[in-house]
Amino acid sequence: MRHLRTASAALIGGGTGTVFALLAAIFIAVAFINPGFFEWPSLMAFLKQAAPLVILAAGQYFVIVSGNFDLSVGALVGAQVVIAAKLIDGEESRTLPVLGVMLLFGLGVGLVNGLITTALKVQSFITTLGMMLVLYGAIRLWTGGAPTGSLSEAFRGPGRRGIEGVPLIGEIPWAVLIMLGAGAAAIWLMRTRFGRILVATGDNDLAAELSGARTGTVRTVAFVFSGLSATVAGLLIGGYAGVSAQVGEGMEFTVITAVVLGGVVLGGGRGSVVAAMAGALTLEALFTLFNQMFLPASIRPSVQGAIIIAAVAYAAWRRTRRPVAATATVNADPS
Amino acid sequence: MSPSPVLAMRGIDKAFLGVPVLRSVDLDIEPGEVHALVGENGAGKSTLMKILAGVHTADAGTIELHGRAVSFTHPLQAQHAGIATVFQEFNLLPELSVAENLHLGREPRRRGLIDRRAMAERTAELLADLGVDDLAPAAKAGTLSVPRRQIVEIARAMSQGADLICMDEPTAALADAEVELLYRLVERLRDKGVSVLYVSHRLREIFDLCDRITVLKDGERVATVDTPDITPDELVTAMVGRRIEAVFPEPLPGTETGEVRLRVEGGGNAHVDGIDLEVRAGEIVGLAGLQGSGRTEVAEAVFGITPFTRGTVAVDGAPKRITGPRKAIAAGLALVTEDRKAQGLALNQSVKANARMVLDANARVHSRERLARIDGVLSGLDLVSQGGDQEVQYLSGGNQQKVVVAKWLAAEPGVIVLDEPTRGIDVGAKHKLYSAIRSLAAEGLAVLLITSELIEVIGLADRIVVLHDGRIAGELPAGATEQQVMAYATGRSPA
Repeated sequence: MRHLRTASAALIGGGTGTVFALLAAIFIAVAFINPGFFEWPSLMAFLKQAAPLVILAAGQYFVIVSGNFDLSVGALVGAQVVIAAKLIDGEESRTLPVLGVMLLFGLGVGLVNGLITTALKVQSFITTLGMMLVLYGAIRLWTGGAPTGSLSEAFRGPGRRGIEGVPLIGEIPWAVLIMLGAGAAAIWLMRTRFGRILVATGDNDLAAELSGARTGTVRTVAFVFSGLSATVAGLLIGGYAGVSAQVGEGMEFTVITAVVLGGVVLGGGRGSVVAAMAGALTLEALFTLFNQMFLPASIRPSVQGAIIIAAVAYAAWRRTRRPVAATATVNADPS
Repeated sequence: MSPSPVLAMRGIDKAFLGVPVLRSVDLDIEPGEVHALVGENGAGKSTLMKILAGVHTADAGTIELHGRAVSFTHPLQAQHAGIATVFQEFNLLPELSVAENLHLGREPRRRGLIDRRAMAERTAELLADLGVDDLAPAAKAGTLSVPRRQIVEIARAMSQGADLICMDEPTAALADAEVELLYRLVERLRDKGVSVLYVSHRLREIFDLCDRITVLKDGERVATVDTPDITPDELVTAMVGRRIEAVFPEPLPGTETGEVRLRVEGGGNAHVDGIDLEVRAGEIVGLAGLQGSGRTEVAEAVFGITPFTRGTVAVDGAPKRITGPRKAIAAGLALVTEDRKAQGLALNQSVKANARMVLDANARVHSRERLARIDGVLSGLDLVSQGGDQEVQYLSGGNQQKVVVAKWLAAEPGVIVLDEPTRGIDVGAKHKLYSAIRSLAAEGLAVLLITSELIEVIGLADRIVVLHDGRIAGELPAGATEQQVMAYATGRSPA
């Protein structure tokens, strides 16, 4: 009885289990409307499209679970694509050096976000909102409004192509492999001492600090991972969709929606990275379902907004009904 | 006594979450009387005062002001009824002037606008009335010294027509010369027929200033006496008085005190000064003192949270500069903090995650062997949980505390500082912790035990160091009495 209760609570209780139940439900609905969805090519096409969001969700998870936000990822994805197009400018030979530049830029943006938030004690919401505007503005200034240049074929490969001719299944897109690799790395990271201290910091940074944790450092590193995830996502999106001025716009909200849909609590200390990535898949599956039901794409922002509000409201409600053992302060010394 | 006291409280009961804090307390205050309210930490003084101030509401009992029954559910109601309270934390707006603070919400107006000249004049009158002639009405409150802010608070209470002013430890933050100023102020209030309820730990002030004394103990009124009828020694005895004898485990056989593991010489910072401490292997040193005496501040200085700025610290004979928790941990120190929920635990995380937090956070103490021993440490403390994956928020207070202790023991420290380790936990868990403290000492740890429970220091410590006003007031051997500890703690020498 108790196991049944905990199992059902895990599924509907808003914790990590919920998102998997939701994902299964949406997949069933999708399969019901479009039985061909689960055939290999269309499933791979779905995952290829979802890969950037899943990778961004892993990056955002690090930041959120440590008690912060990263609103600059959408702008960073856009900036990376525009930088790549402008610097490569169609020259195949420049692909690798430019990838190096993008990597440094992505890590640098994350580092700046992290240092401003932790060393200067600026709220991450404000830091990264500012970073978002700076990036948008800088890119427009640099490109004169419209992106120039073009990407090389080698650059577009990871987002577009895959390993062809695999026996029995056909093609495996590079994007899916990169997603699996990033996911495995994120899961591994969360099982290291860094991951544990990151979550403990998000839960109670004073307790972590007094236990000897370098809370500022781990939080900064989380931002750097978020910058890295935006760089990889930029590579995949640029390859998949090409260059435009709108690349990345609004992605910060999509990814935060995905992470909270995975049961990761805004404010930190709760939720798993697997669930955050599953939240991204769920959101993509939901949008696929909307397509199949011929709902207009313009419904997406409203749905995202509703999900974020619901998740935050749920977290707040949960806090108020925490067990007595956790909140009651029996003050034995009320002199 | 005059027929109508200013205040008559009868049969006041108050409990927090089922724990009784006040039991049927009576209190009478006469017009123009300075009435002291004394008692140990936890005796219920602050609670009683907060009921009077309308911050808390009594569970039972009556309050009469000038013979009329009143009941407060909000601090403003108490203010309007003529009861003003000067709390330890000040309620002035730092960016406003003295005059503006005094008239906040009641500014004199002329044709709808604030009449600044009238306000300044009234302020000057009020201050002159209190015998204060060197306080500019235009000075910003935030720039004033602590005693001057206190004067403004008291003046504000006067200007609101208060006839009873409650002061909570008014001299806690004052230097000696400033205390004199407060004395004059209180005497001036008495001359004007205003009654003062004076909560203090300091016996000297009580005997200097107060007309009568009410003693609270364990939430009950023990006595109300005229000051001339009692000696300081008798008062201390009344405060500690009888006690339910707790059972403390005997020192474990084979426990020997060895080398000095922690030595502090001349330690001082903004909160404490002249701290000389020595804790040897196998020794439990109790650090006693009243609230605000600097007990926790000493622990925080030793652990590098607010480091000593003067003096030296040595661990196992080697001098250490401990400027933060990481350095402290690397030096082999551990600190079980006073507030386990705010400072000790990540409540949403599992028992295991919390128990390995110190190992995870510090490469210098992390090792596979230590990680592997965590389960043993937890079971050695008799942790009751549904397993290592249970979130600590669902554990009882006592079991949460065991997780905190385990987190530190996992790092195998040489010195462990325990700040109020048994606060808010049940009797069974307390006893388990007492035995655990004993066995830590037997294993050769140096234990510094900070507690406001006199009975705990007396029952457990091999030596008791008593703090008063951020300094060491005296040291007592094992077997000291509560009276002796209280004497040092209240700033006197034991008889």
